[in-house]
Amino acid sequence: MEPARSLWPQIEPLLYGVQRPARYIGGEQGACAPERRARQVAWLLCYPDTYEIGLPNQGLQILYELLNERADALAERSYAPWIDMECAMRRAGVPLFSVENHLPARTFDVLAFNLSAELVYTNVLNMIDLAGLAVRSSRRAPSDPIVIAGGHCAFNPEPLADFVDAFVIGDGEEVVGEVNEVLAALLPTCTGAARQELLRELAGVRGVYVPCLYRPRYEGARLAALEPLPGAPAIVEKRTVADLGQWPYPRRQLVPLTEVVHDRLNVEVFRGCTRGCRFCQAGMITRPVRERSASQVREMVDEGLARTGYEEVALTSLSTADYSGIERLVRDVVGDPRHGGRVSVSLPSLRVDAFTVGTAAAIQRVRRTGLTFAPEGGTWRMRRVINKLVSEEDLYGAVDAAFSQGWRRIKLYFLIGLPTERDEDVTAIADLAARCAELGRRHHRSATVVASVGGFVPKPHTPFQWAPQDTAAELHRKIVLLRGAARGVRGLTVRWHDPEASVAEGLASRGDRRVGSVIERVWRAGGTFQEWSERFDLRLWEAALAAEGLSFDEMVHRARGREERLAWDHVSAGLHTDFLWEDWQAALSGAAVEDCRWTPCYDCGACTGFGLEHVVASSVPPAGGSQGTWQDLDQGGRIPVRFVSRR
Amino acid sequence: MEGHAAGLPTRLRVRYSKTGKIRFTSHRDVVRIWERALRRSGLPVAWSGGYSPRPLLSFGHALPTGAESLAEYLDVSLAPGGALAGAPEDPEHLGHLEDPEHLAEDRGAADGPAGCQALARRLSGLLPEGLDVQAIAPLAHGSGSLQQEVSSCSWKLEVLGLAAEELESRVERLLAAPVVLVERERKGRCAPDDLRPALLALTVVADADHTCGEPATHGERAWLEAELATRPRGVRPRELLEALGLDARLSRACRLHQWIERDGTRREPLVVSGRAAGAVAARAGRRVP
Repeated sequence: MEPARSLWPQIEPLLYGVQRPARYIGGEQGACAPERRARQVAWLLCYPDTYEIGLPNQGLQILYELLNERADALAERSYAPWIDMECAMRRAGVPLFSVENHLPARTFDVLAFNLSAELVYTNVLNMIDLAGLAVRSSRRAPSDPIVIAGGHCAFNPEPLADFVDAFVIGDGEEVVGEVNEVLAALLPTCTGAARQELLRELAGVRGVYVPCLYRPRYEGARLAALEPLPGAPAIVEKRTVADLGQWPYPRRQLVPLTEVVHDRLNVEVFRGCTRGCRFCQAGMITRPVRERSASQVREMVDEGLARTGYEEVALTSLSTADYSGIERLVRDVVGDPRHGGRVSVSLPSLRVDAFTVGTAAAIQRVRRTGLTFAPEGGTWRMRRVINKLVSEEDLYGAVDAAFSQGWRRIKLYFLIGLPTERDEDVTAIADLAARCAELGRRHHRSATVVASVGGFVPKPHTPFQWAPQDTAAELHRKIVLLRGAARGVRGLTVRWHDPEASVAEGLASRGDRRVGSVIERVWRAGGTFQEWSERFDLRLWEAALAAEGLSFDEMVHRARGREERLAWDHVSAGLHTDFLWEDWQAALSGAAVEDCRWTPCYDCGACTGFGLEHVVASSVPPAGGSQGTWQDLDQGGRIPVRFVSRR
Repeated sequence: MEGHAAGLPTRLRVRYSKTGKIRFTSHRDVVRIWERALRRSGLPVAWSGGYSPRPLLSFGHALPTGAESLAEYLDVSLAPGGALAGAPEDPEHLGHLEDPEHLAEDRGAADGPAGCQALARRLSGLLPEGLDVQAIAPLAHGSGSLQQEVSSCSWKLEVLGLAAEELESRVERLLAAPVVLVERERKGRCAPDDLRPALLALTVVADADHTCGEPATHGERAWLEAELATRPRGVRPRELLEALGLDARLSRACRLHQWIERDGTRREPLVVSGRAAGAVAARAGRRVP
């Protein structure tokens, strides 16, 4: 291995000529600057997006601490350099570096990528290349660093299978240590055949997928099988941490020197979600629900605020209002005299009901600017199809409560392009939002509602994994329809996500191994930072697909059948395919299901498969019933809501 | 100073340095860093009222991103009823205001030199590497703000790709010129502006002591020391480089002093005793690998 020498003298002159140079200096409170010692595995934890997006990532920070606590490991971090810095680095011959000790990426044993979104895949290739490695695993030298990836997108690893040596599926807390032990034992001998031996050993760790040990077989234009070589498991099962209480991490959340997103203390209150929204991959792959005890949450909040100096804490999860005893918890935090009465608590995912708004109002005492709700669908029929059981009454109640509590701006998230969607479901979005704006004007002359509309992308391991995705043209047509319906409504703005980017995301989400060559072509054509709208270019993707003899129609817009081999069938999130298929059929007939935390089990497989159960502190459903709506599931949309016109 | 029964001053003036890698943070970043450090310190900082309350901190002229400084200032307004933690005296952090008018009349036990030194040490410990508090002193009621009072700053600037002799002759020409026009953006439009009146001093110097650190690159380099007025219209270091016909991109730069001019004499807003200043200069010169 090359001697590890700081690149700072070469990096520093570049920083005078780039935007936001503080992205590249490290120095965060809580950061480690570990010294290299013998018999340690050196990890470079890489986030394939900019520093300000990547720094707050809790998964990366948890692994960073766990590895640095081990005697046989050390970890530093690296983020994708922005285009100006990348150019300066390539011109000056400066490779990818860590932000702590500014060491070259190549001097680490492992480059470990966090995959939080599919459109960053070209950045993964770019970072591997900037590190000075061949992007394809098969062309890398035996002594090169091992490239590992994890995170939600790893649940369909195939689009990156040619570039990543090993994927880790599921919760990382336990498995990262097991992977480290394999590396610590075998890395020192790593030449020639020994690298293959090491990869085979890694494949023996539960939750680890080593793509070079599997051979895809195609029949015509379709994937027919992915055959494991001897010794590789046929199904790679995700890892699940049974007791979140054993992992109170991050203990020392990084406090950056420069501004980042989510710049506040973040404390995870539970993992998993069983609301059963059928479009939501996170809700499906992170089951079962595992709550952290309120007393541990309090400890992490109190210790974190005192240590960081933040005045805001976010209680994070997929649906924090569902946390058992949430009211009491936030009241205690906000009312704690040790925090001087200045701490505000934010709940990143609000449930849509007036009760939740009341809680939010009680705790968000300063800077009451905007509040966001996600009804997702425009009609009750549509919301039953996606199992997002928000009634109109809930929504209007929540919006009315929010405006009356002093908020001036409400943002509503919707999806278009959902399965079974009709034009009236789309235009109903405008009606809903218009009524919300009307409600707002009763409280403030300047009240505004923003309806933010995204194109639906079917995700692996969800009931919608078989669904056809709308074409960009169809999404554009629906946006025009929606804008027409919203035209002239006072106080209502419609914003939408680029439909072309949704199509590329769809390709990377459900693609098989052949999509890897498409990603490589897009990257070689300069297509980095594709998740940034000003950088996204559909033409790069179209040209790459054509060159590989593939098409969006086949890979993205086509309905898949029950018997079809899906690209991610060898990865298990614990969910039975029968459960997913039945839920998909139920969706098509507009049948909703309740939250299984408080109702009978649907046998989705997440609990039984792992000998776990939902860990909830309260056996009583939260206010509003198991879906938080007080709704009879069949009646929700038909309850008439009448508006009295303003005098 | 009614309402400050504990003998606490209403405002504290803090002098600190910004050296090393942290120089690449922006002025806004440093404001946020200070807000967090002060919250952790437990110092009873006063808050603004209104819809969106903020701690009452008042910074001097913003330092360009990428520049180091041995003389940054911050005024902290204190809420009534708090107290500073006392600690043994440490002459290294002894700061005093040169102008007797500025000294708070009431230097009770809590806000005396010992309290200020302890606070300086505590704050340095709470700030990230590269930000070091050099001195703290109470401000008398009614003292002007740093923005109002500071009239000029001394800078040390690295000039790359030019031999010292060539730089010398450019400096001479610039100083001899009665008018030095530069293009400036004002209200969205470019307009010529004369920077000569704001150019108070300019010399080519050697950097034997490496005040600004080890050379970052090889090749020709020279150093300028300049005193630039901050009003009525101040000159930024990069505008000076431009006027000298140089690449306007800053490379190494360091603010050495900020000056308050009154009645023909200039003084610093807060002076650091000799030992502390030396220690800071040594720290600034030491490079983190």
